[in-house]
Amino acid sequence: MSLIVNHVSYTYNPGTPMERHALKDVNLVINEGEFIGLIGHTGSGKSTLVQHLNGLMSPTSGEIYYNGEDISDPDFPKKKLRSEVGLVFQYPEHQLFEVDVFSDVCFGPKNIGLSKKEAELRAYDALKQVGIDDEYFYQSPFDLSGGQKRRVAIAGVLAMQPKILVLDEPTAGLDPGGRDEILDRLLKIRNDTNCSIVLVSHSMEDVANYADRIVVMNDGSIVYNDVPREVFKHYRELKEMGLSAPQVTLALHRLKEEGFAVDTDAINVSEAADSIGRCFGI
Amino acid sequence: MLRDITLGQYYPTDSVIHRLDPRVKLFGTLMFLISLFVADNFIGYIPAVIFLVTVITLSKVPFKYMVKGMRAILFLLLLSVVFNLFTIKGEVLVSFWKLSITKEGIKTAGFMAFRLSFLVIGSSIMTLTTTPNNLTDGLEKGMGFLKIFKVPVHEIAMMMSIALRFIPILVEETDKIMKAQIARGADFESGNLIKKAKSMVPLLVPLFVSAFRRANDLAMAMEARGYKGGAGRTKMKPLVYKSRDGISYLVIFAYFALMIVLRKLF
Repeated sequence: MSLIVNHVSYTYNPGTPMERHALKDVNLVINEGEFIGLIGHTGSGKSTLVQHLNGLMSPTSGEIYYNGEDISDPDFPKKKLRSEVGLVFQYPEHQLFEVDVFSDVCFGPKNIGLSKKEAELRAYDALKQVGIDDEYFYQSPFDLSGGQKRRVAIAGVLAMQPKILVLDEPTAGLDPGGRDEILDRLLKIRNDTNCSIVLVSHSMEDVANYADRIVVMNDGSIVYNDVPREVFKHYRELKEMGLSAPQVTLALHRLKEEGFAVDTDAINVSEAADSIGRCFGI
Repeated sequence: MLRDITLGQYYPTDSVIHRLDPRVKLFGTLMFLISLFVADNFIGYIPAVIFLVTVITLSKVPFKYMVKGMRAILFLLLLSVVFNLFTIKGEVLVSFWKLSITKEGIKTAGFMAFRLSFLVIGSSIMTLTTTPNNLTDGLEKGMGFLKIFKVPVHEIAMMMSIALRFIPILVEETDKIMKAQIARGADFESGNLIKKAKSMVPLLVPLFVSAFRRANDLAMAMEARGYKGGAGRTKMKPLVYKSRDGISYLVIFAYFALMIVLRKLF
């Protein structure tokens, strides 16, 4: 399984005064089992890019290959692609519509032509994966809390058992507890099922702790595409793009400027603690 | 997908017509529409054509924007022309099978097409040159006399401006929900009528929920900023008549008088 984005460009309203180049010559490879963090400032083209991944939008120029086949080919089975590249939009809870939680999660698997029984099995698994207890299954999705709604909506996509799960800012508007819960569960789902995850975010802390690889977008182009440690070395350039490295990375760089011999490679709190400890011989 | 709706949308530019008081434009549009029904012969329509062409030129709105609005009524236009052409009785010109075209039929069909297209273009000039806010302001002030009859003029105007403001938001929301459901394998295009109607449920339910949520939020935000209806409310930009508005009223009255005179004469 692989998804290749090859020299993709996309232009909104071409040929009018409102013309805007949302994507400029974007190249990206998504491999099996990878956890990719896609970050960029508002309007950098992240959301446009992810809508290309499952064929909701078609590139103005360039191609996208899924398992070596061009997805804009008219013969390409779009419906199958959408079940294998699961896309969770921003505020996915706004798409809930069924009378109870369980039927809403069944909607996706039923649409891809599974039997009622198979769909229900998958829905059950998906709800368990996102940590929704049985007692909520037959409640109206509109009665749940914000974090629960979000998890039910994610389960709605998970139930199709996608090979690649793309989530557009899944933690926006959640409290820190709800945020960590969702991110931890995503990591566990990746480890259990070996699906790839593309996590769109503008929070460096979120992606630093979870992603194997970080893709930074700015103004429609991919600027960096590397492991978190390497990307955060460009903390000055990131700041110019309206992004920033994780707080701990910035703190370590500050310490180094002040003359402490700390190792600035750390990207999370425990690594930073080790690095400062070493500096003081603890 | 749905963003191409431009019918009657405000066209931002700076022209005499744009600067006119919305009350003048409302009144002028009304008079123009009535005048189209006052005229009953071809000579009577000459001033209407001159009036409309002058206003379009002054408004600086490209003519193709007006024609865009025509597309929506094209079907209606064709239907009424065809019906009039074949059903009006009189002096037969051509006849085939059971149908016959009469002289009177052609005349009525011509009038009909003319009236309908002028109705649409005439009213679209108003919406093309007036922002929705200005339009509802004009309505509120112009209909102010109805307050005597306990008509809640301010509330109606406020509802109208909110409704207009929400159209693009809901269009965007529909687009978003549609995409989200397509990503979950929903199919909005294929199948027969019943299947299509059923497939609308995953779109309509979230749309209604979000509309109610937005309405609630807006009501809360308005109350938080002290909104309590029209009584005692002042405007930041009150509508004041300028000399160009007075002149416009005179032009409108003159035009309307001419239309009546032409009807009496011919």
